[in-house]
Amino acid sequence: MFDLLKFLSRQESSKNVAKERLRLVLVHDRANCSPELLDLIKEDLITALSKHIEIDQDGFDIQITKTDASTNGLPALVANIPIRSMKRS
Amino acid sequence: MGECIVITSGKGGVGKTTTTANIGAGLSLRGKKVAVIDADIGLRNLDVVLGLENRIVYDLVDVVSGNCKTRQALIKDKRFENLYLLPAAQTKDKDAVSQAQMKVLCEELKQEFDYVLVDCPAGIEQGFKNAIAGADRAVVVTTPEVSAVRDADRIIGLLEAAELRNPKLIVNRVRHDMVKRGDMMNIEDITDILAIEIIGVVPDDEKIIISTNRGEPAVATQSLSGQAFRNISARIDGEEVAFINFDQNNGIFDKLIKLFNFSK
Repeated sequence: MFDLLKFLSRQESSKNVAKERLRLVLVHDRANCSPELLDLIKEDLITALSKHIEIDQDGFDIQITKTDASTNGLPALVANIPIRSMKRS
Repeated sequence: MGECIVITSGKGGVGKTTTTANIGAGLSLRGKKVAVIDADIGLRNLDVVLGLENRIVYDLVDVVSGNCKTRQALIKDKRFENLYLLPAAQTKDKDAVSQAQMKVLCEELKQEFDYVLVDCPAGIEQGFKNAIAGADRAVVVTTPEVSAVRDADRIIGLLEAAELRNPKLIVNRVRHDMVKRGDMMNIEDITDILAIEIIGVVPDDEKIIISTNRGEPAVATQSLSGQAFRNISARIDGEEVAFINFDQNNGIFDKLIKLFNFSK
């Protein structure tokens, strides 16, 4: 009966909205990652990767993402690193 | 040798003090010797919730600074045998106590009491660090609201960072009618998010306000919240107790709905 009412009103129950909002906000809280820290990680990654490949630093982007099954429910650091060319030794 | 348990939440106003008072009284009803410490220095409240505000002579700061013996500051509750309160200081500043001092005090009290409960102040600053300093276990209180659950998550992280593993969760002020309508997160939603073990669910009950008005812990009254706190006390004391079924007082209409849902 309640399901029927919900179906008719076509509005998501407020508890589901609350749960989804909490999930999102907690991903950021738990990652506990300041923009400064992200910048540091970015610089270190550029230094390390530059030994092997030439990367496009303007297109370089890293972020902490939402949880998903592939990371076992943990937030993940996702980096998008455009490669200009591989360095051959 | 007793055990020291901190009751904390991060967010203010979720019912830490009421919970501490009721678990303290609940454990003493089970025949345990219990000391409750109000660690909220400057915002003393556990005394009024327990109805012991007129009997304070010395406080927590007096004890740690050596103005009096611990025994002199402990107020014996006359209604609950073996329940003692160590009140917070009301006038002194919140940095009057250090983590090391709290640790020593908790160790001392554990020699004499079965349970030492610490009512933690809101927030994550020095007062919180002091309150958890001497604890062996932690209980996190939250309500089914986004702000309280978010702060509880933060507190769980901080407790684990401080080596207080496996904190237990109490969800306070649950309104079953709203949960049924889908307008309040249920226990499963909350434990899903926080990923810690639940040790109690307390319904939103006006009896709590009435008993706090009188300074008599609800745990000793015939009410759903009183039963909930008796169950929590038993679980803390190591007994396995089933969770209250909030559907028990429902009329025939709800039963029909339940039957309908069940048969689907």
